[in-house]
Amino acid sequence: MSDIAIHANEVSKRFMVHTERATSFKERIVRHRQAAQEFYALRDVSVEIERGTTVGLIGPNGSGKSTLLKILAGILQPTSGSVSANGRIASLLELGAGFNGELTGRENVYLNAALLGLSRRETDRLFDAIVDFSELEEFIDNPVKHYSSGMYVRLGFSVAVHVDPDILLVDEVLAVGDEHFARKCLAKIAEFQSEQRTILFVTHGLGQVEQICNRAIVLDHGRLQFDGDPEFATEELRKILGTDKPIERPDIVPDDSLSFGKVIFSATPGGEPQTEFRAGEPLAIRVPVHLTQRWVDTIDSAHAVVMGVGDLPIWIMNATKADLPRHSGEWMLDFVVPHLPPIRGRFVVAVQLSTADNEPIAATRTGHAFRAEAGHTDGLMRVEYQIHSAEGVIA
Amino acid sequence: MAQILSADARTRAQRRVRWELLVGLVRKDLKVKYQGSVLGFLWSLANPLMLLIVYSFVFQVVLNNGIPKFGIFLLSGLLVWNLFTGSVSFATDAVVGNSGLVKKVRFPLNVLPLTPVGFNLVHFGLQLLVLVIVMLVMGFTYFLGWGLLLAIPATVVALLLTVGLSFLVAALNVRYRDTKHLVEVALMAGFWVNPIVYTLSQVQPHLHGWHEWAYFLNPMAGVVVTMQRAFYADDAVANGKPVLADPGYTYYLERLAIGAVVSALLLWLGLRVYRRLSADFAEEL
Repeated sequence: MSDIAIHANEVSKRFMVHTERATSFKERIVRHRQAAQEFYALRDVSVEIERGTTVGLIGPNGSGKSTLLKILAGILQPTSGSVSANGRIASLLELGAGFNGELTGRENVYLNAALLGLSRRETDRLFDAIVDFSELEEFIDNPVKHYSSGMYVRLGFSVAVHVDPDILLVDEVLAVGDEHFARKCLAKIAEFQSEQRTILFVTHGLGQVEQICNRAIVLDHGRLQFDGDPEFATEELRKILGTDKPIERPDIVPDDSLSFGKVIFSATPGGEPQTEFRAGEPLAIRVPVHLTQRWVDTIDSAHAVVMGVGDLPIWIMNATKADLPRHSGEWMLDFVVPHLPPIRGRFVVAVQLSTADNEPIAATRTGHAFRAEAGHTDGLMRVEYQIHSAEGVIA
Repeated sequence: MAQILSADARTRAQRRVRWELLVGLVRKDLKVKYQGSVLGFLWSLANPLMLLIVYSFVFQVVLNNGIPKFGIFLLSGLLVWNLFTGSVSFATDAVVGNSGLVKKVRFPLNVLPLTPVGFNLVHFGLQLLVLVIVMLVMGFTYFLGWGLLLAIPATVVALLLTVGLSFLVAALNVRYRDTKHLVEVALMAGFWVNPIVYTLSQVQPHLHGWHEWAYFLNPMAGVVVTMQRAFYADDAVANGKPVLADPGYTYYLERLAIGAVVSALLLWLGLRVYRRLSADFAEEL
C-alpha cells in the first residue's frame, strides 16, 4: 500500500445557487436562462495526507470543510481537480444516517453495516463488539424510535468504527454523547492512530486539534490558508476568526478615583513595547495606575499573575507595601523578570491591588498577550534532565 | 488488517455485499410496512381483492362483457401489472425519499431504485401463490401444463421494463419533481391501455397489419396477454370470440420478444441516465 492515503489535487467545487431554481419541466421551458449565481465552496485545494496521520480540518463556518470531507468521501463530485484515496474509507458525516425508527437496534446495526459496505457474515462476527461498545445491550431489541438521541448516536458511532476503515472521515460528531462516551470515542481514535490508520476530522474544538492531531489544515472561503503544525494552525484560524486576542474584560475598579492604564510588555521598564520574548531575555511588565490619596493609604499589595492557555497561572509576582509608591496621581508599577524561564506559549497578565487584609480593591487584565519562545517543540517548558538506565528487576 | 484479495474475489465480495444491502433494504421496507398491523401481509391482498370485486361488478354485471371466470382472467393480468406499476411509482421517490442517506453516506446508489422492485416482487410472488391456491381449491386445474411456463419469460420481460423505468424515473425525479406526477398519470392510463379488464380479441379488430406489432411495442401488452395465457388458460369464448388471443405458445413468445427488445433499450437508457445524474444526487437534493 502506498504511503499516501488521501490525495486531493487542485480540487474546486462550484455550487449553483439558484435564486429561483427550475424544478419542473415547465419552468425549464419557460425560463431558458436560469437565474443562478455561482458559489465556490472550494477553490484549488491540494492536500496530500500520509498514511497514519491524524489531520484536523478547521475553519470558520462555511469555509468548505464539510464540502471537502464529502468530496473525499465520494459523496460529492469535484467541479474540477481530482481526489484519490488509498484504502477503505468510512465516513461519519452523520451518525446513524439511515437508521429507521421502526426497526430494532439489532436490525439497524445490520442495515447500517450493509450500507457502510460490510457483509452479513462480517457483521455477524462484529455484532457483539458493536453492541458492547455502544453499551446498549438491554435495548438492542427495542425499536430505535424509543432511543434517546444519545443512544442513537452511540449505536451509529459504534457501527461506523467497527467497519474497519483504513481512512476515517469524521464530521463534528465527537461532540455528541456524554463525557463517558466522548472519552470512549477519543480512546477509539487513539487506537486507530496506533494502528496507523488515517483520520481526517472536521471540528470547531481547537483544543482537540492541538491534542490529537499531527497536522491541521485551515480553510477559509474555500481556500487552503494553512497546512501544518496544529498549534500554528489554530493560531492561524484564531487570526481569521479574530479571536487571537484575549477576551477583553473591563477593569474592576471601585469608582472613578482609581483606574488602570494599558499594560505594556517590553524588555526594559519604559522601553519599546514588544510581544515576542525569548527564554533568558528580560521581560518587563509595566502597569500604569491612576489613584487618589485614599487608595494610596488603603492599597497594601499588588499581584501580577502570568497566565497561559485557559487562564492557567504560570507564575505570580507579589509587590508589598514597601514596593509601592506613596503618592497619589500616576503610578508606574514595573514587574521585571531579568531572565525569562524556558517556557513557550502565549501569556496574558492579570494585576490585582489588595488591602492589608488581602481584600481585593481593583483588578485589570491585559487585552493582549505576549509570546514566549524557548526553542523547543514539545511541552510548555524546557527542563534540563538526565537519563540513567540500568538492568533491574521490576518489583 | 485487510486481507489481500485478488481483484476478482474482491469484485465478487462487493457484489455480494451489494446484494445483501438490497435484500436488507427490501426486508426493512416489508417490515416497516407491516409493523404493528395485525393482519400484516394479508393487507397486500386487499387491493387486488377490492379491484376484483369492483371490476367484476362493473364489467360482468353492469357492462356484461361475458368473459367466463372473469375474476381469474382479471387477476392473471392485474397482478403482473401491479408489480410493474407499484415498483415504478415507488421508484420515483426512491432517491428523493432517501435524501438523508444519499447526502450523508457513500453507498452503492444503484440499490435505491431496485428496492421498490424487490419489495413488489415479493408481493407479486405471494399474490400469485394465493391465486394458484384459490384456483386449485375451486377445482380449476386446466392451467396446470406447459403453458404455465410462459409466466417465466413474461415475468422476466416485465422485470426488465420495470427495472429500466425505475432507474429512469428515480433519477429524473431528483431534478424535475413533476416526474412523479407524470408517472402517476401515465400509469393510470397504462392500466386502461393494456388488455387487463378487457380481452385482446376485443382490441384486435381495430389493429390492422403493422398496427398490431406497434401495439406490442408496449412491453406490458405482451406481458399481460402472456400471463393470461399462462394462468387463465381457458379456451372460453366471450361474445363469439375466444378470450385468449391464441391457444399456442409461439404467438406469445414473439410478442414477448418485441417487448424484451424495447425493455432492454429502456433499461440501457435508464441505467445510463441514472449513472449520469447520480453523481450529482447529493448536491441536487
